[in-house]
Amino acid sequence: MSQPGVLILGAGQGGLQAAISLRQAGYAGAVTLVGAEPGLPYQRPPLSKAYLLEGDADALALRPESFFTSKQVRYLPQTRAEEIDRTAREVRVSGPDGARRLPYEHLILATGTRNLRPPIAGLERALDLRTLADAAALRMVLAYPQRIAVIGGGFIGLEFAAVARKLGHEVSVIEAAPRLMGRAVSSAMSEHFARWHRAQGVGLHLGQPAIAVDAEGVTLADGAHVAAEFVLLAAGVRPNSELAEAAGLVISNGVMVDAGLRTSDPAIFALGDVACFPDPRTGAPVRLESVQAATDHARLIAARIAKGETADYAALPWFWSTRAIRNCRSPATPVRGRQRRSSPRGSLPGSTRAALPRSRPSTTRGCT
Amino acid sequence: MIKVTYVAQDGTATTIEAEEGTSVMQAAVSNDLDGIVGECGGSMMCATCHCYVDEAWAERTGERSSDEEEMLEGAADEVTERSRLSCQIRLQPGLDGLVVHLPEEQL
Repeated sequence: MSQPGVLILGAGQGGLQAAISLRQAGYAGAVTLVGAEPGLPYQRPPLSKAYLLEGDADALALRPESFFTSKQVRYLPQTRAEEIDRTAREVRVSGPDGARRLPYEHLILATGTRNLRPPIAGLERALDLRTLADAAALRMVLAYPQRIAVIGGGFIGLEFAAVARKLGHEVSVIEAAPRLMGRAVSSAMSEHFARWHRAQGVGLHLGQPAIAVDAEGVTLADGAHVAAEFVLLAAGVRPNSELAEAAGLVISNGVMVDAGLRTSDPAIFALGDVACFPDPRTGAPVRLESVQAATDHARLIAARIAKGETADYAALPWFWSTRAIRNCRSPATPVRGRQRRSSPRGSLPGSTRAALPRSRPSTTRGCT
Repeated sequence: MIKVTYVAQDGTATTIEAEEGTSVMQAAVSNDLDGIVGECGGSMMCATCHCYVDEAWAERTGERSSDEEEMLEGAADEVTERSRLSCQIRLQPGLDGLVVHLPEEQL
């Protein structure tokens, strides 16, 4: 039997990047990538942006099928991990070929998140936007003119709202918090985007949670009713940490890892949206929902496994968002003196407002 | 099909054939060429598909847009007047045989 090698649970952008980086770093052992969804690993960010408009699923694939053969990465789609057996160093999975046990020397948890479904009556009427299958279903919805309500004024909900509005639908966004994207950006940025979305004709209902969904639309806590034929739920996510928890790993807002991205079991790493890691600047535990964090984590873990490197995770967080015609690049948390990406010119503007552009196309830097 | 040649810093040249309309970034990534990352998938939101267009092709690949210009400032390696984000160069018949040079690093 071949060496157990590296087993990666989760074939999103972070999990796939771990496989890519392991091979780039010269790792010669077995690499197995397990994913619950069908098809090749794909990019999620465009699902709420370009894909909704263009519907080109092929353009989303991160690597062609030939990658997996040429790099000897065993890819198991439509396969779910059921249990981690840390003593035997095996994971029990079930997939098209039935149940089996996959051995590992190193296990990487890249299980990501799933949509949070708050306790709202009738919520089963609302669709999600998380997977390619979700986005394909939403494209069908967007093919016919209708009134659309979006529950959740975060990135995904607002990106969807911008696209739906651009396509001519009547769109309302319902956000329980008093401002948009409250978890990610400053109040000045929230206001800026609220103005922008309103100017596009999107109705914003802030500060009132949705309490019920029915065929007529959405009822808010204050009794107001938002008429809609279709409801999208985009109220945030929850880390898929149950497997790790059942295996006895330390869990707190995701799978807890150290600065080297190791869980409480040194044979198991965690990366991306499911990992709660020490913020390189403050040491405080943080969990980010961002492609960049996931792929940076993956590279670091691969270097540790393949080359025995001991460097800690030190990248500063950033993410991007597109609102149909408008782009925003933002540090994931307030940061000054960023050298790259979020502030290519080397320093962030002292005042967010001063940095806000007024014309399109625009790129907003230093959003916090 | 349109041919593009990617020349790494050590002089290694890799020629890839791709369909018209594909970007120079997509052609590289889908053929698993090391040296182009394309982390944001071509949204012009990172600068990890940086390349230097060969002098002989500089005029045919067109001008950088202001957004591209701005994003390039975040590139990991030196930015020169021939620097482009390869996601912004679409392959068309006039670019058959295009040569681009890869930077030392993208991240």
